[in-house]
Amino acid sequence: MVPSLFKNVTLGQYFPGDTVLHRLDPRAKLIFVFIFIVALFTALNWCSFALIFVLTISCILISKIKMKTLLSGMKPILIIILLTAFLNLFYTPGEPLFDFWIFHISKEGLKKSILMSGRIILLISGTLLLTYTTSPIALTDGLEYLLNPLKKIKVPIHEMSMMMSMALRFIPTLIEEMDKIISAQKARGADFDTGGLIKKAKALLPILVPLFVSAFRRADELAIAMESRCYHGGEGRTRMKQLKMKTADYIALALAFAVLMGAVVLSSFGL
Amino acid sequence: MKTVLETRGLSHTYSPGTPFEKKAIDDISVRLYEGEQIAIIGHTGSGKSTFIQHLNGLLNPSSGKVLYKGEDVFGSKEKTHSLRFNVGLVFQYPEYQLFEETVFKDIAFGPSNMKLDAKEIDERVREAASFVGIDEDLFEKSPLELSGGQKRRVAIAGVIAMRPSVLILDEPTAGLDPSGRTDILNNIKLYGDRTGSTIILVTHNMDDAADFADRLLVFSKGKIINDGKSSDVFSDAEFLGSIGLDIPKPTEIATKLREGGLKLPSHIYTLQALKTEILRLKKGGAELV
Repeated sequence: MVPSLFKNVTLGQYFPGDTVLHRLDPRAKLIFVFIFIVALFTALNWCSFALIFVLTISCILISKIKMKTLLSGMKPILIIILLTAFLNLFYTPGEPLFDFWIFHISKEGLKKSILMSGRIILLISGTLLLTYTTSPIALTDGLEYLLNPLKKIKVPIHEMSMMMSMALRFIPTLIEEMDKIISAQKARGADFDTGGLIKKAKALLPILVPLFVSAFRRADELAIAMESRCYHGGEGRTRMKQLKMKTADYIALALAFAVLMGAVVLSSFGL
Repeated sequence: MKTVLETRGLSHTYSPGTPFEKKAIDDISVRLYEGEQIAIIGHTGSGKSTFIQHLNGLLNPSSGKVLYKGEDVFGSKEKTHSLRFNVGLVFQYPEYQLFEETVFKDIAFGPSNMKLDAKEIDERVREAASFVGIDEDLFEKSPLELSGGQKRRVAIAGVIAMRPSVLILDEPTAGLDPSGRTDILNNIKLYGDRTGSTIILVTHNMDDAADFADRLLVFSKGKIINDGKSSDVFSDAEFLGSIGLDIPKPTEIATKLREGGLKLPSHIYTLQALKTEILRLKKGGAELV
């Protein structure tokens, strides 16, 4: 019932939905994105690039994720995109297209600039689409399956993914807790808004100390609750939600693979 | 009696304009007087917590007004801030909000936010601690070393140390054993009696409400559906049942005894009253078995 100051935080950025993309097996989606990225880096010319562009656009359309959400997700790396475009545009030697004072733009530079920044944009769109359409829990589950072979060389995959899902599970709880603590300290006249940087940082203490104390308390209680239900690691553990590859998942993988092949072929023929 | 707090047409809607929109309290107008001891009872989600958070300016109303001694609480930022010292609010499980290195410093947090001088702070901390029954030799301990009940007392002292003229407590006895429960309620009552402050107790527990309050506000679905003397409210068990609330245990027992033929009056709602009435009957020579 406590209204959250932080209710607008998009956790794991998941947007629930019921499209084909949402329903795909998380493993299929992870592999799909992996192949997609490889294909993106083999695409060296317009034709192969266009192929991947079409694939990305159709995925966005299928997922029903709004273009606006996608673009706002790209904001943090906008500067990298611009820098890439800029550097490639001016510092690629080749057939001159435009010359003014210290600015020299070559034909190759223009092409490279568009392809490179386009590549970054597509790369981000693809990965954002993955996190937008897959719940964090499904994602960690899928990762655990895919990384399973690493257990052979003693990497604690199960423990790592368990920790990840628990961390994700407790983010909303801790946010709620923090809200309550903020209200309670405000009720004792704590002032979080005025003063300089140091005063503001000091004002955080009455929030952070109880928050840490309660996080440790919760961790303790959770550990006891898990042990009293005989949790003993991943060995022989079954799941409530079994991941199952369906026809759609195989089709998606085949599609990804076909696009990769297409990109390789188109690139090597230099079309 | 002088009015301390008054609400006029107070409404609050959470997340307006989204699918999660929820009207938590709806058009509440009520006057609270100086020195009253009030209990707010109601089902989970009936709007009690939302309501009390308006009284000390933590939540802004969607519409309506809160007046403290006739002044609009949300008139200016400074007014809202200074109101928090006059209307003290103790949240549920307040012990989770302790953060200072020592008990003394934690109780002193509120008074120091009021920018009082060291002597005044010292005096208030000692006074508040004695109200809740915290020994002075605990002052230099870390609040984390204390027992659950002691932590709760320290947290309540932290609000009392501001000497609020209205003290609001949200479920102060939740999770305490029976003796801890009685102690804390008695301490709070003592504070009210000694200082003449208005005390508002939010509770699920009808026995707490009956032991503590002279006046009851019954919340249901964001509205106050009953406002009156404890004896009047508790006499209508059927009505309370219909909104998912109990009657106090002593009232229940008295009702059963009456059905069994004992001539007990209908307004019994504390253990003490039940005891007195039964003894009176016995003296009168009535058959008790």
